[in-house]
Amino acid sequence: MNSWKSVLAATALALASATSAMAARTDIVIGIPLEPPHLDPTASAAAAIDEVLYANVFQGLTRIGPSGEVLPDLAESWTISDDGKTYTFKLHSGVKFHDGSDFNADDVKFSLDRARGEKSANAQKALFAAIDTVEVVDPATVKITLKNPQGSFLYNLGWGDAVIVAPESADTNKEKPIGTGPFRFENWAKGSSITLVKSADYWGEPAFLDKAEFRIVPDAAAAVPALLSGDVQAFPFFQPDGVAQIEGDPRFSVVVGATEGETLLSMNNKKPPFDNLKVRQAISYALDRAAIVEGASAGFGKPIGSHQSPASKDYVDLTGMYPHDVAKAKELLKEAGLENGFKATLKLPPPSYARLGGEIIASQLREVGIDLEIIPVEWAQWLEQVFKGKDFDLTIVSHTEPNDIDIYSRKDYYFNYDNPAFDKVIGELKVTSDEAKRKDLLGQAQKILAEDAVVGFLFELPKVGVWDAKLEGFWTDAPIQANDITKVKWKD
Amino acid sequence: MTAYLLKRIAIAIATLVLASLVVFAVLEIVPGDPARLMLGMNASAEQVEQLRTQMGLNDPLLLRYLHWAGDLLTLDLGRSLTYSVPVLDLVRERVAVSLPLALIALALSAVIAIPVGLYSASRRGHAGDTLAMGAAQIGVAIPNFWFALMLIYLFAVWLRLVPAGGFPGWGNGIWPALKSLLLPAVALALPQAAILARVTRSALIDVLNEDYIRTARAKGLPYRAVLWQHALRNAMIPVLTILGLQFAFLLAGTIIIENVFYLPGLGRLVFQAITQRDLIVVESVVMLLVAAVIAVNLIVDLSYAIVDPRLRGRE
Repeated sequence: MNSWKSVLAATALALASATSAMAARTDIVIGIPLEPPHLDPTASAAAAIDEVLYANVFQGLTRIGPSGEVLPDLAESWTISDDGKTYTFKLHSGVKFHDGSDFNADDVKFSLDRARGEKSANAQKALFAAIDTVEVVDPATVKITLKNPQGSFLYNLGWGDAVIVAPESADTNKEKPIGTGPFRFENWAKGSSITLVKSADYWGEPAFLDKAEFRIVPDAAAAVPALLSGDVQAFPFFQPDGVAQIEGDPRFSVVVGATEGETLLSMNNKKPPFDNLKVRQAISYALDRAAIVEGASAGFGKPIGSHQSPASKDYVDLTGMYPHDVAKAKELLKEAGLENGFKATLKLPPPSYARLGGEIIASQLREVGIDLEIIPVEWAQWLEQVFKGKDFDLTIVSHTEPNDIDIYSRKDYYFNYDNPAFDKVIGELKVTSDEAKRKDLLGQAQKILAEDAVVGFLFELPKVGVWDAKLEGFWTDAPIQANDITKVKWKD
Repeated sequence: MTAYLLKRIAIAIATLVLASLVVFAVLEIVPGDPARLMLGMNASAEQVEQLRTQMGLNDPLLLRYLHWAGDLLTLDLGRSLTYSVPVLDLVRERVAVSLPLALIALALSAVIAIPVGLYSASRRGHAGDTLAMGAAQIGVAIPNFWFALMLIYLFAVWLRLVPAGGFPGWGNGIWPALKSLLLPAVALALPQAAILARVTRSALIDVLNEDYIRTARAKGLPYRAVLWQHALRNAMIPVLTILGLQFAFLLAGTIIIENVFYLPGLGRLVFQAITQRDLIVVESVVMLLVAAVIAVNLIVDLSYAIVDPRLRGRE
C-alpha cells in the first residue's frame, strides 16, 4: 500500500537529482596555506585544523557566526539561572554522528569533562575553567553549573576547542574525525589535500556542496597560478601581496574583511628601557601606522590604537592617542634620559606581516634614534625564546584569538605587563554578562592599555579572500579562524 | 673486489652512526618545544609540561637516543609526535612522489646533457658549441623556482596542458600522476642538465687530447667511432660522479620545487617536521636520506668499476 508513495518519492528524487546535476556545480577545491598537524580540534591550537573542520564536520553546543555572534548549534535553546551560574541547554533531537551513532546529552557531558579533565590535551583548557559540574538531566537536556558567573561562557562554548565528540571516536578523531556536521570527512592525502563530502543524514539544513577538497598550497607565489588555471577555486585566506595580480580580473572576487588578529609591536615591559612609560610612548609616537599598514598588509589592514578589533561592537577608536610625531617622540626620549637613542633587538617570526612590518618599523624607529637589530626566528624559536623565555626587547606578532584582551592581565605573560587597575577591570569583566556593562568595561580596558602604551598597537590583520566570482556564501570576516562552507554554493 | 666492497660497507656504517649522533644532538640544541607548538599561546606551563611527559620528551637524553637508535636498527622509524602515526607510513606516501620525481628528472637531465656535451666537445670552439654552452650558462644561473613559475604560467595557466600543481596520487591512474610530475621534473632537470652538459664537455675535451685518441684516429678509425667508443667511456667517471650527487640532491633537496608545485614530497615532510619540531620524524627521515645518499655513493663507486675495468683489479 505504500508502493505508490515510494514510486512517487523515487521519481521526485530522480527528478531532483537530475535537475541539480544540470544546474550548478556542487564540488569545490579550496586552497589552504598550512596543513593541519592532525584533525582533532580539541587537541591542538593549530588554526589549520579549525580551518577545515569547524562548523563543517564538528559542531558545538553553540557556534560563532560570520560576524562573531553566538548562535545556537547542537543546543536548540538554553536558559540561564538568575545568579548566572546555571546554564540549562535543550539539545536538538535526531542528531547523528557520522558513524551512525546517536548524539545525546551523554556526549555533551563526555566532551566537556574530557576537555577540562586532568589528562586533557585541550589547548584552550582555560575556556572550561569556570565549569563546576556537567549533568545529564535527560537525553535532550544538559545542565552546566559554573563556579562563578562567566560573561563569555556561551561564546567560549562556540570555540572549535569545545566541539562535541563521541566517546567511541574521540581517540581516533586525529586521523578519522567523526562529528555531527553537514559534511563528513572522507579522505586525507597527507601533504596534499583533505576531502569532505556532504553528510546524507544531516539533522539540519543540508549543505549545497556535495564535495569539498581542501588543498594545501603553502607557497604564496603558487596560489595565483593555481587560481588562474582553475585548479583551485577559492583561497579564503589569501596572501595580501598576491592580490594585485588577481584584482581587476572579472573571473574572481576579492573580498577584504577583518580578523580578530591584533598585530602588535610587543615590548618587554620589565626590561629597561621599555619599563619606562616615556620610552614606550616615544615608540608609539614614532610609528607611522599608515606606512606600516601599506607595507605589511598591502594596505588592507585597519590601524588600531588598542587591543580590540575595529569590527567589534565594543571597539573604541584610540588610534588618535599617539599620532605619528617624530619631534614628540624625540622629546619623550630626552625626558627619559635617552636623547642619544639606544640599541635594541627586534625578533621577527615567519609571517610576512612580521617580516615586512619589521623592516618598516626598524627604519621608522631609526628616525628617532632607536637602532634595532632585526633577528628573524621561526615559530618554534619564537615560542621558546620570546613567548616562554621572555628573552626579547621587541617583537611583532598578531594575536589572533578572539576577545583576548585579558591576556594583558595574565601573570607571567610575555609582555611582562603588570597593572592592578587593569587587572581589576578584567576581573570584573569576567563575571559580568550584562551587555552594556561589558561594553563599558571593555572600553575602560582598551583605554588603560593605550594610555600605558603597553605595546605598539599596529593594525588589525585583514582577511583577504579570493574566489571564483560564481561562488557565494564564504565569510567576509574571520571572527574565528574557520572556513565555514556550509552556505557556500555555485550561482547558476 | 670483495675487500674493496667490505671496506666501503664498513665506512658506510660508521657514517650512519656518526650521522645519527649529529642529527640527534642538533635537534636537542635547536630551541623549540613540540609540546608548546601543539598547545599554542593560550595553554598553561603545567599543561605543556604534562604533554611533554606524555610524549616522552622528559626522559633522559641518553635513554631517548638509545631508544630511537635501537628502534632504527630493527627498522622501526618510530611514531610522529604531531601526526601520531608511524613515521614509516608518512615516508612511504612521500617516497611515492619524491622517488619517481627524482628518477624522471635525473633521466631528463642525462638525456639532455650527455648529447649536448658530446656535441659541444666535438665541435669545440664552433658556433654550435658557443651557443650550447651559453645556454648551459643561463641554465645554471636561472633560479629554479622562477623557472618553475614560468613553466606553470606557460603550460598550466595559458595552455592548460597540465595542472598548476598538486599531486592526485597514483591511485587515480598513472597518467594524471605523471602529468603532475612533468613540470616539476623539467624545472628540476634543466639546471642539473646544464651542469652535467658542462662537465661532460670538459671531461670529453680532456680525453680527446690524450695520445691514444690520436693513435685511434691515426690508425684510421672514423671520428664518430673514436668519440663514442674510446672517448665517451673514458669521460664517464666524472659524469657518473655528478649524476650520483645530482640524484642525492634530487631526492632530498627539492623542497623549493615541492613548495612551488605543492607536491607532497620528502623535502616538504622534513621541512614541516622541522617547523613543528616533530623530532622523531626529522631524525628518522634524515637518517633515511643519509642511508639513501650513502647507498647511491656506493652504487656510483661500483659503477666506476664497470666503466673502468682497471678499477676492478685493485685491492
